[in-house]
Amino acid sequence: MSKRIDVKDLNVYYSKFLAVEDVNIEIQAKSVTAFIGPSGCGKSTFLRTLNRMHEVIPGGRVEGEVLLDGDNLYESGVDPVTVRSQIGMVFQRPNPFPTMSIRDNVLAGVKLNGKKISKSDAESLVEKSLQGANLWNEVKDRLDKPGSGLSGGQQQRLCIARTIAVKPQVILMDEPCSALDPISTLAIEDLINELKSEFTVVIVTHNMQQAARVSDKTAFFNIAGTGKPGKLIEYAETATIFSNPSVKATEDYVSGRFG
Amino acid sequence: MSAATTNQSNTGQPDTKVPAGNNKAPQPPAPRRRNSLAKGHLPRFAIPGIAAGSLVLGAAASTLTGFSVATMAIYTAIIFVLAASITTTAVEGPRRGKNSLATYLVYGAFLLALVPLASVLFTVLEKGLPGINMHFLFNSMNGVTGAVDNASVENGTPVIGGAYHAVVGTLLITLWSTIISVPVGMLTAIYLVEYGKNGPLARAITFFVDVMTGIPSIVAGLFATALFAVLFGPTARMGIVAAVALSVLMIPTVVRSTEEMLKIVPNELREASYALGVRKWRTITKVVIPTAISGIASGVTLAIARVIGETAPILVTAGLANNINVNVFGNWMATLPTFIYYQIITPTSPTNIDPSIQRAWAAALLLIGMVMVLNLGARLIASLFAPKKGR
Repeated sequence: MSKRIDVKDLNVYYSKFLAVEDVNIEIQAKSVTAFIGPSGCGKSTFLRTLNRMHEVIPGGRVEGEVLLDGDNLYESGVDPVTVRSQIGMVFQRPNPFPTMSIRDNVLAGVKLNGKKISKSDAESLVEKSLQGANLWNEVKDRLDKPGSGLSGGQQQRLCIARTIAVKPQVILMDEPCSALDPISTLAIEDLINELKSEFTVVIVTHNMQQAARVSDKTAFFNIAGTGKPGKLIEYAETATIFSNPSVKATEDYVSGRFG
Repeated sequence: MSAATTNQSNTGQPDTKVPAGNNKAPQPPAPRRRNSLAKGHLPRFAIPGIAAGSLVLGAAASTLTGFSVATMAIYTAIIFVLAASITTTAVEGPRRGKNSLATYLVYGAFLLALVPLASVLFTVLEKGLPGINMHFLFNSMNGVTGAVDNASVENGTPVIGGAYHAVVGTLLITLWSTIISVPVGMLTAIYLVEYGKNGPLARAITFFVDVMTGIPSIVAGLFATALFAVLFGPTARMGIVAAVALSVLMIPTVVRSTEEMLKIVPNELREASYALGVRKWRTITKVVIPTAISGIASGVTLAIARVIGETAPILVTAGLANNINVNVFGNWMATLPTFIYYQIITPTSPTNIDPSIQRAWAAALLLIGMVMVLNLGARLIASLFAPKKGR
């Protein structure tokens, strides 16, 4: 249950402003890929194009191709809703639905779409998803309590449980730990390592140690200056990026001499 | 006040630190040292004392110019504000002096704003309560003529005739105008926030909604009359016409309050829903609206409270009835405001107007009661629907 992503000649725009230019990248199935780079270089913007969330922003559009196992996400006739149910996303700030209980948050992807689900199936899906997100033991006694009552780290794991409950092929994570303390961060990182066995994971992070810890391959994005488009500078095995990068800018960034 | 007590506790703590390991003969307690961080502070009884003094002085000043409660209150307030802030400045320093001056002025403004409200409530209760009884609440004015009123005044018997028909009319007309305006207003707001994206149409709608907010209510009534005159002939007067007129007044309020509530729903929730593969309209109905529903509900209730007291548009649309009419689609109807208006302007018995005036005040009390219930209902709804907190 995971697919690969191939991006070909992708340009990302906000109205007329070219935000990310000419990205070509192949993301392997069942792997963790990290995007690193300075703020404003377009990592998050690019990540959001991978499940057509970019076009939610007014003026957001793309040129080029994103292939999910060979199928272009941006071909006319492709429903963004189908794309997003295959490629899930976890956001920077934990955002459980405040009106719903923990159980309903996990079931949100199923219930909000109006699909019928039997009570026993729902229970087992909730348990499986929460266990998948390493949250089951902490919340199993209070599934009917509101999700907003959990701690930040628990909320983020609830959001991950919500995402894996719709059984996506790919999970995108946009700085999932930047609002969390080190212990919650560790919990999420362990979780990412487990998710790898079932899903393709793409993670944007500002924390280079985190990229080194969790990812198989790393992509370094950079920006020439304010107002210039962000570009993919280097994409290689994580070990290569951090020990023996081929581009000077990558070396400067990972060694902390820049940005 | 709380600042003053905090201050007091600062200086009130004597410095009793004894060097550690000092086990010689017991020393006398260290002398009370003045805290270098603390400034002087007024004793706790100072402000109440000044208030009492101001009251005495105010009463005296008022007696000099011909005693009345109003002038005494004004003189007392002025003397108290000046004396209290000057004393505070002298003892606690200029910053605290300015602080207390501003505080007392704010309290004064609040009390001033409270005066008309309290006065209205008092007057309506005083004059309206005698007229409120089961007979008044559950009987209409059908068959009550000047002769009936004359008889009850001459014989000293209770006033005959009530406002039941007007209560029914008010409730029905308001209900129907709510039925018309809530869907229209909510859908407009949803378009503006979720779909319009500040395009030309959305900006045009916002502009015209703002214009609608300023429409005088009588104009809304004339509009509804004219509309139904075109559709059903010039004499078409019934409850539904009044409901249409009121909904013209209600829609802009509903649009505005719903729009504000939808705007404060965090975008992250919409994105979270989209990222789960949920369609836009389902995101709106299942995530956005439930998150905002408490604010929307209280906004709608306040919009109802605003139109429930309208008089002019009812007069030109629903006419006036003395009998009970529960059919908004036929015949004239009365509401509480028009009932009050007619009881005062054209008393049932021109020679004995007291029964009519009593009925008018009782109806006014009923109306205020209904508006208050609505406002309380709005708060209740807001807290019932609010996103649950807690662990």
